[in-house]
Amino acid sequence: MSGGPPPFQRFLEQQRETVWRFLAASVGPGDADDCFQETFISALRAYPRLRADSNLRAWVLTIAHRKALDVHRARARGALPVAEPETLAGGAEMAPEMRDRELWEAIEGLPARQRSAVLLRYVGDLPHRDIAAAIGCSEQAARRSLHEGLAKLRKAVIA
Amino acid sequence: MRDLGSTDNAAAEVRLRLAAQADGDGADAPAIAHATARLLARVERKRLADVSYAPVDSPFGELLVASSRRGVLRLAFPEESVDSVLEGIARGFSPRIVEASAALDDVRRELDEYFEGRRREFEIALDWSLIGTFGRRVLRVTSEIPFGGVLSYAEVAAEAGSPRGFRAAGNALGSNPIPIVLPCHRVLRSGGALGGYGGGLPRKRWLLELEGALTPRGS
Repeated sequence: MSGGPPPFQRFLEQQRETVWRFLAASVGPGDADDCFQETFISALRAYPRLRADSNLRAWVLTIAHRKALDVHRARARGALPVAEPETLAGGAEMAPEMRDRELWEAIEGLPARQRSAVLLRYVGDLPHRDIAAAIGCSEQAARRSLHEGLAKLRKAVIA
Repeated sequence: MRDLGSTDNAAAEVRLRLAAQADGDGADAPAIAHATARLLARVERKRLADVSYAPVDSPFGELLVASSRRGVLRLAFPEESVDSVLEGIARGFSPRIVEASAALDDVRRELDEYFEGRRREFEIALDWSLIGTFGRRVLRVTSEIPFGGVLSYAEVAAEAGSPRGFRAAGNALGSNPIPIVLPCHRVLRSGGALGGYGGGLPRKRWLLELEGALTPRGS
């Protein structure tokens, strides 16, 4: 086996569901589509530089995490309103993420690093080491963010 | 049930609810399909991929055709696995490969016309990137054999500058990445026997009969 990643089309087919679920939970279904485009276009541009043994899921979720961060920053500046889920393709059907509105609002309310840590762990199924790499902190700090994020979610949705 | 004390239990609960909302019944599949279609349309419009591929119908079944920005890079017969064809392109050319049907409309049209007997020459551009140095010499000669004509392996080898390399020429023809369009089926044994063909001898015969270089059997 020589050194490059698999054909991009296969990579897209293998990772798109995880990326979508991460983004839908992080920025909400209304902005997930645009973030999904940005994530995979960035991935396509950087793609030939990957090695065959790269962890593709951790890599693409790192990109998705950064795109989600951009959305949250823009919203914090008031530059970007939270997109209404009704504007999604599919129309009347409520996006599945919105069925658990309570949980979604609690996730939305988390500090960025905690939100990403929780979602990378439970939607992306990444180990602590990859979460740390994705959000750019130590493994110890990633564990702490995850722990604190979970504690807040628990208070918000289970109490 | 509700008085979960530890974060382990909180984790279990949060995970369950995330899983339930995300893929409980595949309800987000239409949204994912929509986002993917939008992405691929954008990649095609801005020409961000290095290679586009699509299936193309033919009398032999579904061919797979892949094109770079320069031209047709690869044509595969139905029995070749799509995955191994794409992996070959990823290794030999670029992994930036996407499925994109519209990019291949010209190839599809010319192949249709050829199979219907309405086209004698292909005008579509080719990309020779997957062909090695010797292969290029051999296939360059082969590409000049006109519709209805044939050459022998020895003649092709001689014209390619390696008069004694007819076996190597046979190998180069056998690994032609763009069969039909680069007409390696027009190369036969010196005595007129069919020789070999990567797509199988019945197809070689069929193509030569289509072109009138062979008389159909039983007529």
